[in-house]
Amino acid sequence: MSAASKKAVPFKWVALGIAVVALLLAGVVSYYASANPDGLEYVAGKTGFLDSASEHGAADGPLADYGTKGVDNERLSGGFAGVIGTVVVLVLAGGLALVVRRRSAKSDEA
Amino acid sequence: MHVPDGFLDAPTSIATGAVAVVAVGVALRGARRELDDKTAPLAGLVAAFVFATQMLNFPVGAGTSGHLMGGALAAVLVGPWTGVLCVSVVLIVQSLLFADGGITALGTNILLMAVTTVVVGWFVSRVLIKLLPKRVGLVAPAAAIGAFLSVPAAAAVFTALYAVGGTADISLTTLATAMLGWHTVIGLGEGAITFLAVGAILSVRPDLVYAARGVIAERDLVIKPKESVA
Repeated sequence: MSAASKKAVPFKWVALGIAVVALLLAGVVSYYASANPDGLEYVAGKTGFLDSASEHGAADGPLADYGTKGVDNERLSGGFAGVIGTVVVLVLAGGLALVVRRRSAKSDEA
Repeated sequence: MHVPDGFLDAPTSIATGAVAVVAVGVALRGARRELDDKTAPLAGLVAAFVFATQMLNFPVGAGTSGHLMGGALAAVLVGPWTGVLCVSVVLIVQSLLFADGGITALGTNILLMAVTTVVVGWFVSRVLIKLLPKRVGLVAPAAAIGAFLSVPAAAAVFTALYAVGGTADISLTTLATAMLGWHTVIGLGEGAITFLAVGAILSVRPDLVYAARGVIAERDLVIKPKESVA
């Protein structure tokens, strides 16, 4: 906040920064995430309705449960899955936003 | 909080599916006002960031973990309608590609994690930003409080849905207490991550933070030309 300088950081650098951070989190840091059940899963187990969950229709998919099928190394398997997911979400959400946006007459590059 | 198939009965899942379709449809219309050539790519990046951060389960004690939901974060960064779209895309990809969150429960998950968290997170942070002194430094704390409250709110909605259409015969009081208790703790993580992410963007480009626009305009007296009227 102290460096509220007049010249703003170019948008492309901000965009690149977010993309790099997201890819590192999904591709590398995710390996160190807690493997414990999340809040809902834990409560379902404790309360006694976890068994009512049925098998997921995509449970045999190539990226099911954030692992890459055919990659044995756990670190790589999860890392690939994370990177692929991040890129897929970026393309889908970014593409959707580009379609939905209002178009300005002039395209301003920043 | 990804609800798997089977937790809720078919009528409830169909109902939440219908609500989700309507919500996403309305969001598609609303997002048009929020998105332009600059913010559209930003929306894609925010969705990607939410996906990545959702992979990072953090321990909250007693063998439980939590992860970011991201609705409040996305709403504050790119606007509430776009926020609903961002988190919905994340949930659809997670369900279809990663088998995380049931396919018949997709509507439920969108209702919980895309709609509820955006509505609560956006409303709370918006009210706080309006009430607090107009300082850019207060936007991130406001977002964090909205994010914190959005998580127990989603837990409350899940409990209500379970009361209507839960498939197992369990004590609803036990369920409500456990869901709200744990998700209040998880909400602290949601608030912390939201604070850091919003704070990071604010420190480099406050003008890119949707919820901070009014604050900056008032502070610097910048008159922004309206984009094309058509």
